[in-house]
Amino acid sequence: MEQIPILKMGSILLVSIQVDMHDRLAMQLQNDLTEKIVSSSARGVLIDISSLGMVDSFIGQMLSNIAGMSRILDAETVVVGMQPAVAITLVELGLTLKGVRTALNVEQGMDYLKSFASSQPENFIDEYS
Amino acid sequence: MNTPNRCVLDIRTETDVVVVRQKVRAVAVDLKFSLVEQTKMITAASELARNVLNYGGGGSVAVEVLIHGTRNGLRLTFEDQGPGIPDIATALKDGFTTGGGLGMGLGGAKRLVNEFEISSRVGEGTRVVITRWK
Amino acid sequence: MQQQNPLGEIVRQHEADILADWIKEQLERDRSPNTRISLVREAEVRELCKNFLQHFIQGLQSGQTHNLQGPEWSELRNLLSVFSRDRALQGYTPTETASFIYLLKKPLFARIGQTLAKNSDSLYQAIWTTNDLLDGLGLQVMEAFQKGREEVISRQQQEMMELSTPVVKLWDGILALPVIGTLDSARSQAVMESLLQTIMETGSKIAIIDITGVPTVDTLVAQHLMKTVAAARLMGADCIISGIRPQIAQTIVHLAIDLGGISTKATLADAFRLAMQRAGMNIVSQPARA
Repeated sequence: MEQIPILKMGSILLVSIQVDMHDRLAMQLQNDLTEKIVSSSARGVLIDISSLGMVDSFIGQMLSNIAGMSRILDAETVVVGMQPAVAITLVELGLTLKGVRTALNVEQGMDYLKSFASSQPENFIDEYS
Repeated sequence: MNTPNRCVLDIRTETDVVVVRQKVRAVAVDLKFSLVEQTKMITAASELARNVLNYGGGGSVAVEVLIHGTRNGLRLTFEDQGPGIPDIATALKDGFTTGGGLGMGLGGAKRLVNEFEISSRVGEGTRVVITRWK
Repeated sequence: MQQQNPLGEIVRQHEADILADWIKEQLERDRSPNTRISLVREAEVRELCKNFLQHFIQGLQSGQTHNLQGPEWSELRNLLSVFSRDRALQGYTPTETASFIYLLKKPLFARIGQTLAKNSDSLYQAIWTTNDLLDGLGLQVMEAFQKGREEVISRQQQEMMELSTPVVKLWDGILALPVIGTLDSARSQAVMESLLQTIMETGSKIAIIDITGVPTVDTLVAQHLMKTVAAARLMGADCIISGIRPQIAQTIVHLAIDLGGISTKATLADAFRLAMQRAGMNIVSQPARA
Protein backbone atom coordinates (compact mmCIF):
# COMPACT_ATOMS: atom_id res chain seq x y z
CA MET A 1 0.00 0.00 0.00
CA GLU A 2 1.32 3.43 -0.85
CA GLN A 3 2.41 5.67 1.92
CA ILE A 4 4.05 9.04 1.97
CA PRO A 5 7.19 8.78 4.12
CA ILE A 6 7.50 10.97 7.21
CA LEU A 7 11.02 11.70 8.39
CA LYS A 8 11.96 12.75 11.87
CA MET A 9 14.69 15.32 12.45
CA GLY A 10 14.99 16.17 16.10
CA SER A 11 11.62 17.46 17.18
CA ILE A 12 10.56 18.25 13.64
CA LEU A 13 8.73 15.98 11.24
CA LEU A 14 9.52 16.32 7.55
CA VAL A 15 7.19 15.31 4.74
CA SER A 16 7.99 15.66 1.07
CA ILE A 17 4.99 15.18 -1.22
CA GLN A 18 6.37 13.90 -4.49
CA VAL A 19 3.45 12.05 -6.00
CA ASP A 20 0.15 12.95 -7.58
CA MET A 21 -2.03 12.16 -4.57
CA HIS A 22 -5.45 10.63 -4.78
CA ASP A 23 -7.88 11.59 -2.03
CA ARG A 24 -7.38 8.44 0.03
CA LEU A 25 -3.63 8.92 0.11
CA ALA A 26 -4.11 12.51 1.26
CA MET A 27 -6.41 11.35 4.08
CA GLN A 28 -3.88 8.73 5.04
CA LEU A 29 -1.13 11.30 5.24
CA GLN A 30 -3.29 13.41 7.50
CA ASN A 31 -3.83 10.46 9.83
CA ASP A 32 -0.24 9.28 9.76
CA LEU A 33 1.07 12.74 10.56
CA THR A 34 -1.31 13.27 13.45
CA GLU A 35 -0.33 9.92 14.94
CA LYS A 36 3.36 10.58 14.51
CA ILE A 37 3.17 14.06 16.04
CA VAL A 38 1.82 12.46 19.19
CA SER A 39 4.08 9.41 19.18
CA SER A 40 7.25 11.43 18.64
CA SER A 41 6.24 14.53 20.66
CA ALA A 42 7.10 16.61 17.65
CA ARG A 43 7.06 20.40 17.99
CA GLY A 44 7.13 21.16 14.29
CA VAL A 45 5.96 19.80 10.95
CA LEU A 46 7.49 20.80 7.64
CA ILE A 47 5.61 19.82 4.49
CA ASP A 48 7.55 20.25 1.26
CA ILE A 49 5.25 20.71 -1.74
CA SER A 50 7.89 21.85 -4.21
CA SER A 51 7.18 18.79 -6.36
CA LEU A 52 3.43 19.32 -6.35
CA GLY A 53 2.33 20.66 -9.69
CA MET A 54 -1.20 21.19 -8.52
CA VAL A 55 -3.05 21.98 -5.33
CA ASP A 56 -6.82 21.72 -5.56
CA SER A 57 -9.46 22.34 -2.90
CA PHE A 58 -9.11 18.86 -1.41
CA ILE A 59 -5.37 19.09 -0.99
CA GLY A 60 -5.79 22.64 0.26
CA GLN A 61 -8.24 21.37 2.86
CA MET A 62 -5.80 18.62 3.83
CA LEU A 63 -3.09 21.18 4.45
CA SER A 64 -5.44 23.34 6.51
CA ASN A 65 -6.49 20.29 8.51
CA ILE A 66 -2.92 19.26 9.19
CA ALA A 67 -2.06 22.79 10.33
CA GLY A 68 -5.10 22.91 12.60
CA MET A 69 -4.61 19.47 14.11
CA SER A 70 -0.93 19.92 14.72
CA ARG A 71 -1.58 23.20 16.47
CA ILE A 72 -3.96 21.46 18.84
CA LEU A 73 -1.22 18.95 19.48
CA ASP A 74 1.15 21.80 20.27
CA ALA A 75 3.16 21.55 17.09
CA GLU A 76 3.47 24.20 14.40
CA THR A 77 3.20 23.36 10.70
CA VAL A 78 4.84 25.14 7.80
CA VAL A 79 4.26 24.37 4.12
CA VAL A 80 7.22 25.14 1.88
CA GLY A 81 8.11 25.35 -1.79
CA MET A 82 4.78 26.24 -3.35
CA GLN A 83 5.32 26.66 -7.09
CA PRO A 84 4.41 30.05 -8.60
CA ALA A 85 1.93 28.47 -11.01
CA VAL A 86 0.21 26.76 -8.09
CA ALA A 87 0.05 30.02 -6.11
CA ILE A 88 -1.43 31.87 -9.07
CA THR A 89 -4.03 29.15 -9.57
CA LEU A 90 -4.99 29.08 -5.88
CA VAL A 91 -5.55 32.84 -5.90
CA GLU A 92 -7.75 32.52 -8.97
CA LEU A 93 -9.58 29.61 -7.36
CA GLY A 94 -10.22 31.71 -4.28
CA LEU A 95 -8.44 29.31 -1.93
CA THR A 96 -6.74 31.19 0.88
CA LEU A 97 -5.25 28.30 2.88
CA LYS A 98 -6.19 30.13 6.06
CA GLY A 99 -4.27 29.03 9.09
CA VAL A 100 -1.48 27.52 7.01
CA ARG A 101 1.91 29.07 7.45
CA THR A 102 4.08 29.03 4.33
CA ALA A 103 7.74 29.57 3.54
CA LEU A 104 9.63 29.77 0.28
CA ASN A 105 11.92 26.81 0.85
CA VAL A 106 13.01 24.19 3.37
CA GLU A 107 15.69 26.44 4.86
CA GLN A 108 13.29 29.31 5.58
CA GLY A 109 10.70 26.83 6.80
CA MET A 110 13.15 25.36 9.31
CA ASP A 111 14.16 28.86 10.44
CA TYR A 112 10.55 29.63 11.11
CA LEU A 113 9.93 26.41 13.06
CA LYS A 114 13.05 26.94 15.16
CA SER A 115 12.14 30.52 16.00
CA PHE A 116 8.63 29.40 16.81
CA ALA A 117 9.81 26.64 19.14
CA SER A 118 12.19 28.95 21.00
CA SER A 119 9.54 31.62 21.45
CA GLN A 120 7.15 29.26 23.19
CA PRO A 121 7.20 29.58 27.01
CA GLU A 122 7.77 26.36 28.90
CA ASN A 123 4.54 24.72 29.94
CA PHE A 124 4.87 25.25 33.66
CA ILE A 125 1.29 24.61 34.62
CA ASP A 126 1.36 21.25 36.30
CA GLU A 127 -2.03 20.42 37.70
CA TYR A 128 -0.84 17.39 39.57
CA SER A 129 2.15 18.74 41.40
CA MET B 1 -16.40 7.41 -29.26
CA ASN B 2 -12.65 7.75 -29.32
CA THR B 3 -11.19 9.65 -32.24
CA PRO B 4 -7.59 10.90 -32.27
CA ASN B 5 -8.71 14.30 -31.00
CA ARG B 6 -11.16 13.05 -28.40
CA CYS B 7 -10.96 10.48 -25.68
CA VAL B 8 -13.34 9.55 -22.88
CA LEU B 9 -12.17 8.59 -19.41
CA ASP B 10 -14.24 6.93 -16.71
CA ILE B 11 -14.48 8.55 -13.32
CA ARG B 12 -15.48 5.80 -10.92
CA THR B 13 -12.70 5.69 -8.35
CA GLU B 14 -10.24 8.03 -6.69
CA THR B 15 -7.38 6.79 -8.81
CA ASP B 16 -9.45 7.74 -11.86
CA VAL B 17 -9.24 11.35 -10.71
CA VAL B 18 -5.45 11.08 -10.76
CA VAL B 19 -5.59 9.55 -14.24
CA VAL B 20 -7.74 12.46 -15.43
CA ARG B 21 -5.22 14.96 -14.06
CA GLN B 22 -2.36 13.19 -15.78
CA LYS B 23 -4.23 12.99 -19.09
CA VAL B 24 -5.13 16.67 -18.97
CA ARG B 25 -1.52 17.55 -18.18
CA ALA B 26 -0.24 15.47 -21.08
CA VAL B 27 -2.64 17.06 -23.56
CA ALA B 28 -2.02 20.57 -22.25
CA VAL B 29 1.72 20.07 -22.66
CA ASP B 30 1.17 18.83 -26.23
CA LEU B 31 -0.88 21.92 -26.97
CA LYS B 32 2.04 23.98 -25.69
CA PHE B 33 0.10 25.59 -22.86
CA SER B 34 2.31 27.65 -20.52
CA LEU B 35 2.97 26.20 -17.07
CA VAL B 36 0.38 28.48 -15.50
CA GLU B 37 -2.21 27.61 -18.14
CA GLN B 38 -1.53 23.90 -17.59
CA THR B 39 -1.86 24.22 -13.83
CA LYS B 40 -5.12 26.11 -14.09
CA MET B 41 -6.63 23.53 -16.41
CA ILE B 42 -5.42 20.55 -14.36
CA THR B 43 -6.73 22.10 -11.15
CA ALA B 44 -10.12 22.84 -12.69
CA ALA B 45 -10.24 19.28 -14.04
CA SER B 46 -9.38 17.87 -10.63
CA GLU B 47 -12.15 19.87 -8.96
CA LEU B 48 -14.76 18.85 -11.49
CA ALA B 49 -13.68 15.22 -11.62
CA ARG B 50 -13.95 15.08 -7.88
CA ASN B 51 -17.45 16.55 -8.04
CA VAL B 52 -18.45 13.83 -10.49
CA LEU B 53 -17.09 11.19 -8.16
CA ASN B 54 -18.31 12.51 -4.84
CA TYR B 55 -21.58 14.21 -5.74
CA GLY B 56 -22.48 12.66 -9.06
CA GLY B 57 -22.04 9.05 -8.08
CA GLY B 58 -19.45 8.54 -10.78
CA GLY B 59 -19.42 9.45 -14.44
CA SER B 60 -17.01 10.35 -17.19
CA VAL B 61 -15.00 13.08 -18.81
CA ALA B 62 -14.42 13.61 -22.53
CA VAL B 63 -11.03 15.14 -23.28
CA GLU B 64 -11.10 16.95 -26.60
CA VAL B 65 -8.46 18.79 -28.57
CA LEU B 66 -9.94 21.63 -30.57
CA ILE B 67 -8.29 23.02 -33.66
CA HIS B 68 -9.89 26.20 -35.00
CA GLY B 69 -7.65 27.56 -37.68
CA THR B 70 -4.62 28.94 -35.91
CA ARG B 71 -6.17 28.59 -32.46
CA ASN B 72 -5.86 25.42 -30.44
CA GLY B 73 -7.93 24.56 -27.42
CA LEU B 74 -8.65 21.93 -24.83
CA ARG B 75 -12.24 21.06 -23.96
CA LEU B 76 -13.31 18.84 -21.09
CA THR B 77 -16.88 17.61 -20.75
CA PHE B 78 -17.75 16.16 -17.35
CA GLU B 79 -20.93 14.13 -17.12
CA ASP B 80 -22.69 12.24 -14.39
CA GLN B 81 -26.18 10.80 -13.81
CA GLY B 82 -26.28 11.91 -10.21
CA PRO B 83 -28.77 13.90 -8.16
CA GLY B 84 -28.11 17.13 -10.05
CA ILE B 85 -27.64 20.61 -8.64
CA PRO B 86 -30.86 22.26 -7.47
CA ASP B 87 -29.55 25.82 -7.38
CA ILE B 88 -26.81 26.39 -9.91
CA ALA B 89 -26.70 30.14 -9.40
CA THR B 90 -25.84 29.80 -5.74
CA ALA B 91 -23.37 27.01 -6.37
CA LEU B 92 -21.50 29.26 -8.77
CA LYS B 93 -21.69 32.34 -6.58
CA ASP B 94 -20.15 30.65 -3.58
CA GLY B 95 -16.82 30.59 -5.32
CA PHE B 96 -15.09 28.35 -2.92
CA THR B 97 -16.54 26.81 0.22
CA THR B 98 -14.31 24.85 2.54
CA GLY B 99 -17.25 23.24 4.25
CA GLY B 100 -18.16 20.92 1.41
CA GLY B 101 -21.58 20.84 -0.10
CA LEU B 102 -22.88 20.53 -3.60
CA GLY B 103 -21.07 22.28 -6.39
CA MET B 104 -18.03 22.93 -4.32
CA GLY B 105 -15.34 24.63 -6.28
CA LEU B 106 -17.59 25.36 -9.28
CA GLY B 107 -17.25 29.12 -9.12
CA GLY B 108 -13.53 28.79 -8.64
CA ALA B 109 -13.16 26.35 -11.52
CA LYS B 110 -15.06 28.80 -13.69
CA ARG B 111 -12.42 31.45 -13.09
CA LEU B 112 -9.66 29.13 -14.22
CA VAL B 113 -10.96 28.61 -17.73
CA ASN B 114 -11.97 30.64 -20.77
CA GLU B 115 -15.37 29.03 -21.36
CA PHE B 116 -17.64 27.40 -18.81
CA GLU B 117 -21.01 25.79 -19.41
CA ILE B 118 -23.11 23.92 -16.91
CA SER B 119 -26.43 22.15 -17.23
CA SER B 120 -28.05 20.13 -14.52
CA ARG B 121 -31.42 18.58 -13.81
CA VAL B 122 -32.43 17.42 -10.38
CA GLY B 123 -32.68 13.66 -10.36
CA GLU B 124 -31.08 13.32 -13.81
CA GLY B 125 -27.52 14.47 -13.62
CA THR B 126 -25.04 17.20 -14.34
CA ARG B 127 -22.90 18.22 -17.29
CA VAL B 128 -20.06 20.70 -17.08
CA VAL B 129 -18.05 21.78 -20.12
CA ILE B 130 -14.85 23.76 -19.68
CA THR B 131 -12.61 25.06 -22.43
CA ARG B 132 -9.21 26.70 -22.44
CA TRP B 133 -7.70 28.23 -25.53
CA LYS B 134 -4.04 28.62 -26.30
CA MET C 1 -18.62 28.12 -70.65
CA GLN C 2 -17.28 26.14 -73.57
CA GLN C 3 -14.09 28.16 -73.47
CA GLN C 4 -13.21 27.41 -69.82
CA ASN C 5 -13.01 23.63 -69.76
CA PRO C 6 -10.59 23.31 -72.67
CA LEU C 7 -8.27 25.51 -70.63
CA GLY C 8 -8.11 22.93 -67.87
CA GLU C 9 -7.43 20.29 -70.48
CA ILE C 10 -4.62 22.22 -72.10
CA VAL C 11 -2.84 22.80 -68.83
CA ARG C 12 -3.32 19.18 -67.84
CA GLN C 13 -1.89 17.89 -71.09
CA HIS C 14 1.21 19.98 -70.68
CA GLU C 15 1.39 19.61 -66.92
CA ALA C 16 4.73 17.83 -66.83
CA ASP C 17 6.45 20.36 -69.08
CA ILE C 18 4.98 23.37 -67.36
CA LEU C 19 5.99 21.93 -64.02
CA ALA C 20 9.54 21.29 -65.15
CA ASP C 21 9.99 24.81 -66.53
CA TRP C 22 8.41 26.45 -63.53
CA ILE C 23 10.63 24.57 -61.09
CA LYS C 24 13.64 25.47 -63.19
CA GLU C 25 12.75 29.17 -63.05
CA GLN C 26 12.38 29.04 -59.28
CA LEU C 27 15.62 27.21 -58.62
CA GLU C 28 17.58 29.44 -60.97
CA ARG C 29 16.25 32.51 -59.27
CA ASP C 30 17.42 31.59 -55.83
CA ARG C 31 20.75 29.95 -56.25
CA SER C 32 22.07 28.97 -52.86
CA PRO C 33 25.80 28.57 -52.15
CA ASN C 34 25.04 25.94 -49.54
CA THR C 35 24.54 22.65 -51.36
CA ARG C 36 22.72 20.93 -48.53
CA ILE C 37 20.14 23.67 -48.23
CA SER C 38 19.60 23.83 -51.97
CA LEU C 39 18.95 20.08 -52.10
CA VAL C 40 16.32 20.38 -49.42
CA ARG C 41 14.97 23.50 -51.07
CA GLU C 42 14.79 21.77 -54.42
CA ALA C 43 12.83 18.84 -53.07
CA GLU C 44 10.55 21.23 -51.25
CA VAL C 45 10.01 23.40 -54.33
CA ARG C 46 9.23 20.38 -56.51
CA GLU C 47 6.65 19.12 -54.07
CA LEU C 48 5.10 22.56 -53.69
CA CYS C 49 4.88 23.24 -57.42
CA LYS C 50 3.52 19.80 -58.15
CA ASN C 51 0.74 20.18 -55.59
CA PHE C 52 -0.03 23.71 -56.69
CA LEU C 53 -0.33 22.74 -60.31
CA GLN C 54 -2.57 19.78 -59.54
CA HIS C 55 -4.95 21.92 -57.55
CA PHE C 56 -4.75 24.68 -60.13
CA ILE C 57 -5.81 22.27 -62.86
CA GLN C 58 -8.63 21.00 -60.68
CA GLY C 59 -9.86 24.53 -60.24
CA LEU C 60 -9.67 25.20 -63.98
CA GLN C 61 -11.53 22.02 -64.81
CA SER C 62 -14.39 22.97 -62.52
CA GLY C 63 -15.21 25.67 -65.04
CA GLN C 64 -15.61 28.31 -62.36
CA THR C 65 -12.80 30.78 -62.98
CA HIS C 66 -14.39 34.03 -61.91
CA ASN C 67 -14.40 33.72 -58.18
CA LEU C 68 -11.30 32.54 -56.37
CA GLN C 69 -13.24 32.49 -53.09
CA GLY C 70 -15.49 29.73 -54.37
CA PRO C 71 -15.35 26.13 -53.10
CA GLU C 72 -13.64 24.96 -56.30
CA TRP C 73 -10.53 26.85 -55.28
CA SER C 74 -10.53 26.19 -51.56
CA GLU C 75 -7.79 23.53 -51.61
CA LEU C 76 -5.52 25.79 -53.59
CA ARG C 77 -6.24 28.66 -51.21
CA ASN C 78 -5.34 26.52 -48.22
CA LEU C 79 -2.11 25.43 -49.84
CA LEU C 80 -1.14 29.02 -50.56
CA SER C 81 -2.15 30.15 -47.10
CA VAL C 82 0.16 27.66 -45.42
CA PHE C 83 2.93 28.38 -47.93
CA SER C 84 2.82 32.17 -47.46
CA ARG C 85 2.65 31.97 -43.70
CA ASP C 86 5.64 29.64 -43.60
CA ARG C 87 7.63 31.95 -45.83
CA ALA C 88 6.74 34.95 -43.67
CA LEU C 89 7.78 33.15 -40.51
CA GLN C 90 11.02 32.07 -42.13
CA GLY C 91 11.87 35.63 -43.01
CA TYR C 92 11.43 35.60 -46.78
CA THR C 93 10.61 38.93 -48.44
CA PRO C 94 7.17 39.59 -49.95
CA THR C 95 8.70 39.62 -53.44
CA GLU C 96 10.41 36.26 -52.99
CA THR C 97 7.15 34.79 -51.79
CA ALA C 98 4.85 36.22 -54.44
CA SER C 99 7.30 35.32 -57.21
CA PHE C 100 6.33 31.74 -56.64
CA ILE C 101 3.08 32.50 -58.46
CA TYR C 102 4.34 34.94 -61.04
CA LEU C 103 7.14 32.72 -62.30
CA LEU C 104 4.44 30.32 -63.45
CA LYS C 105 3.16 32.74 -66.03
CA LYS C 106 5.92 32.31 -68.61
CA PRO C 107 5.82 28.48 -68.89
CA LEU C 108 2.03 28.51 -68.71
CA PHE C 109 1.44 31.15 -71.34
CA ALA C 110 4.04 29.54 -73.59
CA ARG C 111 2.12 26.25 -73.68
CA ILE C 112 -1.24 27.98 -74.10
CA GLY C 113 0.23 30.05 -76.91
CA GLN C 114 1.53 26.95 -78.67
CA THR C 115 -1.79 25.13 -78.43
CA LEU C 116 -4.12 27.95 -79.34
CA ALA C 117 -1.89 29.75 -81.84
CA LYS C 118 -4.38 29.23 -84.65
CA ASN C 119 -7.33 30.84 -82.86
CA SER C 120 -6.56 34.34 -81.66
CA ASP C 121 -9.91 34.79 -79.91
CA SER C 122 -9.52 31.66 -77.81
CA LEU C 123 -5.89 32.50 -77.21
CA TYR C 124 -6.79 35.93 -75.88
CA GLN C 125 -9.54 34.51 -73.63
CA ALA C 126 -7.28 31.81 -72.27
CA ILE C 127 -4.39 34.15 -71.50
CA TRP C 128 -6.69 36.70 -69.95
CA THR C 129 -8.43 34.11 -67.74
CA THR C 130 -5.23 32.52 -66.49
CA ASN C 131 -3.54 35.86 -65.99
CA ASP C 132 -6.48 37.06 -63.95
CA LEU C 133 -6.41 33.91 -61.85
CA LEU C 134 -2.70 34.06 -61.21
CA ASP C 135 -2.87 37.74 -60.26
CA GLY C 136 -5.67 36.93 -57.83
CA LEU C 137 -3.68 34.07 -56.35
CA GLY C 138 -0.69 36.37 -56.04
CA LEU C 139 -2.81 38.74 -53.98
CA GLN C 140 -3.94 35.86 -51.76
CA VAL C 141 -0.33 35.01 -51.15
CA MET C 142 0.38 38.60 -50.15
CA GLU C 143 -2.54 38.69 -47.72
CA ALA C 144 -1.53 35.45 -46.04
CA PHE C 145 2.08 36.61 -45.98
CA GLN C 146 0.99 39.79 -44.22
CA LYS C 147 -0.84 37.79 -41.59
CA GLY C 148 2.25 35.69 -41.04
CA ARG C 149 4.31 38.81 -40.55
CA GLU C 150 1.83 40.15 -38.05
CA GLU C 151 2.22 36.94 -36.09
CA VAL C 152 5.97 37.50 -35.93
CA ILE C 153 5.48 41.08 -34.75
CA SER C 154 3.02 40.07 -32.09
CA ARG C 155 5.38 37.40 -30.82
CA GLN C 156 8.20 39.92 -30.66
CA GLN C 157 5.97 42.32 -28.79
CA GLN C 158 5.30 39.59 -26.27
CA GLU C 159 8.99 39.02 -25.81
CA MET C 160 9.62 42.74 -25.42
CA MET C 161 6.91 42.91 -22.82
CA GLU C 162 8.60 40.22 -20.81
CA LEU C 163 11.93 41.97 -21.05
CA SER C 164 10.57 45.35 -20.05
CA THR C 165 9.69 44.37 -16.49
CA PRO C 166 12.94 43.23 -14.94
CA VAL C 167 13.01 42.13 -11.34
CA VAL C 168 15.86 43.69 -9.40
CA LYS C 169 17.58 42.50 -6.24
CA LEU C 170 17.89 45.40 -3.80
CA TRP C 171 19.38 43.44 -0.96
CA ASP C 172 19.58 39.89 0.32
CA GLY C 173 16.02 38.71 0.38
CA ILE C 174 14.58 41.99 -0.93
CA LEU C 175 13.45 42.35 -4.54
CA ALA C 176 12.14 45.37 -6.41
CA LEU C 177 9.88 45.34 -9.43
CA PRO C 178 9.71 48.78 -11.07
CA VAL C 179 6.66 48.69 -13.31
CA ILE C 180 6.69 51.12 -16.19
CA GLY C 181 3.80 51.71 -18.55
CA THR C 182 0.22 50.60 -18.63
CA LEU C 183 -0.72 47.39 -16.90
CA ASP C 184 -3.20 45.57 -19.09
CA SER C 185 -4.37 42.06 -18.43
CA ALA C 186 -1.74 40.29 -20.47
CA ARG C 187 1.10 42.40 -19.11
CA SER C 188 -0.02 42.01 -15.51
CA GLN C 189 -0.04 38.27 -15.95
CA ALA C 190 3.48 38.31 -17.37
CA VAL C 191 4.71 40.65 -14.62
CA MET C 192 3.14 38.50 -11.91
CA GLU C 193 4.65 35.28 -13.22
CA SER C 194 8.05 36.86 -13.60
CA LEU C 195 8.04 38.28 -10.07
CA LEU C 196 6.85 35.07 -8.43
CA GLN C 197 9.41 33.03 -10.33
CA THR C 198 12.19 35.33 -9.16
CA ILE C 199 10.91 35.23 -5.59
CA MET C 200 11.10 31.45 -5.73
CA GLU C 201 14.50 31.33 -7.38
CA THR C 202 16.16 33.85 -5.06
CA GLY C 203 14.27 32.89 -1.90
CA SER C 204 13.46 36.55 -1.35
CA LYS C 205 10.83 37.13 1.29
CA ILE C 206 10.06 40.71 0.40
CA ALA C 207 9.18 42.16 -2.99
CA ILE C 208 8.65 45.87 -3.51
CA ILE C 209 6.34 46.61 -6.44
CA ASP C 210 6.94 50.17 -7.50
CA ILE C 211 4.20 51.71 -9.61
CA THR C 212 5.64 55.19 -10.07
CA GLY C 213 5.74 54.52 -13.79
CA VAL C 214 2.13 53.34 -14.07
CA PRO C 215 -0.01 56.20 -15.41
CA THR C 216 -3.43 55.04 -14.23
CA VAL C 217 -4.63 52.64 -11.62
CA ASP C 218 -8.22 51.52 -12.00
CA THR C 219 -10.10 48.67 -10.38
CA LEU C 220 -8.67 46.14 -12.81
CA VAL C 221 -5.06 47.17 -12.26
CA ALA C 222 -5.65 47.16 -8.51
CA GLN C 223 -7.11 43.66 -8.80
CA HIS C 224 -4.05 42.43 -10.68
CA LEU C 225 -1.77 43.92 -8.05
CA MET C 226 -3.73 42.34 -5.24
CA LYS C 227 -3.68 38.94 -6.93
CA THR C 228 0.06 39.21 -7.25
CA VAL C 229 0.45 40.04 -3.58
CA ALA C 230 -1.93 37.23 -2.58
CA ALA C 231 0.05 34.73 -4.63
CA ALA C 232 3.35 35.91 -3.15
CA ARG C 233 1.92 35.51 0.36
CA LEU C 234 0.69 32.00 -0.43
CA MET C 235 4.22 31.12 -1.39
CA GLY C 236 5.66 32.50 1.84
CA ALA C 237 6.79 35.97 0.82
CA ASP C 238 5.20 39.40 1.10
CA CYS C 239 4.94 42.54 -1.00
CA ILE C 240 5.06 46.26 -0.42
CA ILE C 241 3.58 48.56 -3.01
CA SER C 242 5.38 51.84 -3.49
CA GLY C 243 5.33 54.79 -5.83
CA ILE C 244 1.76 55.73 -5.13
CA ARG C 245 1.24 59.19 -6.49
CA PRO C 246 -1.35 61.47 -4.85
CA GLN C 247 -3.73 61.13 -7.82
CA ILE C 248 -3.55 57.35 -7.60
CA ALA C 249 -4.26 57.46 -3.88
CA GLN C 250 -7.33 59.54 -4.65
CA THR C 251 -8.47 57.15 -7.36
CA ILE C 252 -8.11 54.20 -5.02
CA VAL C 253 -10.25 55.89 -2.39
CA HIS C 254 -12.83 57.09 -4.91
CA LEU C 255 -13.18 53.64 -6.43
CA ALA C 256 -13.42 52.24 -2.90
CA ILE C 257 -10.74 49.70 -3.70
CA ASP C 258 -9.92 47.72 -0.59
CA LEU C 259 -6.21 47.04 -0.52
CA GLY C 260 -6.83 44.51 2.23
CA GLY C 261 -3.78 44.73 4.45
CA ILE C 262 -1.18 45.34 1.78
CA SER C 263 1.55 47.71 2.91
CA THR C 264 1.86 50.76 0.77
CA LYS C 265 4.44 53.51 0.69
CA ALA C 266 4.69 56.70 -1.30
CA THR C 267 8.29 56.19 -2.34
CA LEU C 268 10.59 53.28 -3.14
CA ALA C 269 12.99 54.61 -0.50
CA ASP C 270 10.35 54.37 2.21
CA ALA C 271 9.44 50.90 1.05
CA PHE C 272 13.07 49.85 1.17
CA ARG C 273 13.43 51.15 4.72
CA LEU C 274 10.35 49.16 5.75
CA ALA C 275 11.63 46.07 4.00
CA MET C 276 14.97 46.29 5.81
CA GLN C 277 13.14 46.61 9.12
CA ARG C 278 11.06 43.54 8.38
CA ALA C 279 14.16 41.65 7.39
CA GLY C 280 15.58 42.54 10.78
CA MET C 281 18.28 44.82 9.46
CA ASN C 282 19.39 48.17 10.71
CA ILE C 283 21.22 50.90 8.82
CA VAL C 284 23.85 52.56 10.95
CA SER C 285 25.50 55.87 10.43
CA GLN C 286 29.28 55.83 10.32
CA PRO C 287 31.75 58.60 9.61
CA ALA C 288 32.45 58.60 5.90
CA ARG C 289 35.90 57.49 4.88
CA ALA C 290 37.98 60.00 2.95
